Amino acid sequence: MPSLKDLKNRIGSVKNTRKITKAMQMVAAAKLRRAQEAAEAARPFAERMTAVMSALAAGVGTGEGAPKLLAGNGKDQVHLLVVMTSERGLCGGFNSSIVKLARTRAAELTAAGKTVKILTVGKKGREQLRRDWGSAFVGHVDLSEVKRVGYANAQAIAREVMAAFEAGEADVVTIFYNRFQSVISQIPTEQQVIPAKFETAGATALYDYEPSEEAILADLLPRGVATQIFTALLENGASEQGARMSAMDNATRNAGDMINRLTIQYNRSRQAAITKELIEIISGAEAL
Amino acid sequence: MASTVQFDLVSPERRLASFPATEVQIPGADGDLTAMEGHAATITSLRPGVLRVVAADGIKAFIVTGGFAEISATGVSVLAEQAVPLNELTPAALDALVADACEAAAVNSDKDAADKAVADLYAMRAAAAI
Repeated sequence: MPSLKDLKNRIGSVKNTRKITKAMQMVAAAKLRRAQEAAEAARPFAERMTAVMSALAAGVGTGEGAPKLLAGNGKDQVHLLVVMTSERGLCGGFNSSIVKLARTRAAELTAAGKTVKILTVGKKGREQLRRDWGSAFVGHVDLSEVKRVGYANAQAIAREVMAAFEAGEADVVTIFYNRFQSVISQIPTEQQVIPAKFETAGATALYDYEPSEEAILADLLPRGVATQIFTALLENGASEQGARMSAMDNATRNAGDMINRLTIQYNRSRQAAITKELIEIISGAEAL
Repeated sequence: MASTVQFDLVSPERRLASFPATEVQIPGADGDLTAMEGHAATITSLRPGVLRVVAADGIKAFIVTGGFAEISATGVSVLAEQAVPLNELTPAALDALVADACEAAAVNSDKDAADKAVADLYAMRAAAAI
């Protein structure tokens, strides 16, 4: 049975925790709005880009002489998994869900006799993957100093990935991230970026191409990789804040429940102590 | 009043401009071209240069570093990798762009293309100074 003083301290500390989680929730809400706006603002570019590229890809085809980023290098041996997670914790199952998906995929690939390499973005995923897949790590992108993810960050990652592809160190590149659905729901997603995959485009619009279809496609494919990574980073950013917001909301509510329970316990023991004292006084008086 | 086309300029991070324009001068990879209403549907990639848009309220200019433009009879969409309105451009920012390109040229395997990008940027700086 904890003493009254202990209980009082406990209530005080849980109250402080509640203040912190409440503040974190509000910060996450503000950041979420900004992250959503950024994702929204990036959408027109990504959509246009994909539309034009899929039209071009349908025209050029994946036959002989097609750009390698589109057709692949003919092999399917080395898989590079780019796992995007957050730099900070306290965001519920956000990181675990991506890591879980990546882990399953990596295990499948290994079982199928493929080689798996892992590039991590964000340190939380790296920490979780280190134990099982530490030997597969080929690099890490640290975004902890980055306040606001920009296209330049995506380009840097894209360059690294493409360099690995061109050097023959990776045949297939897949990115793992959380697609933002709503504050309470983020969907872990895997997306193959190299070789590029497009939904089969509809009828190709009649365009003149300058300089030529092939040249434009060759120019666009690297940008397409960067754009896909950028979109993923933004979605991930929004998802992270959404996950944090709901996690902190839960934490705040739990802290409230806990305070209620502790307060009841505190009042009961206080009353018990008073009653006990009264009984002692009365029985002492009666004994006289 | 000349007839207009719908002009959109988007960069990966945001939509920079969207308004009706009478003509759009685009720094295409194969040379400059001007799109007006009724232009044949064309997709062209961009070289670093100055994009000029003639609209009802005057000429607006933007610096673009690459990307592509989609021209149809009724609209022009420019998808630029990086785009900055000319009047917001500072010499320091321009120098940073040139420095980036030079750095890329130093490590790029495709020497010709990289050198061309640097040359285009120098040309762009000269054009922007006017």
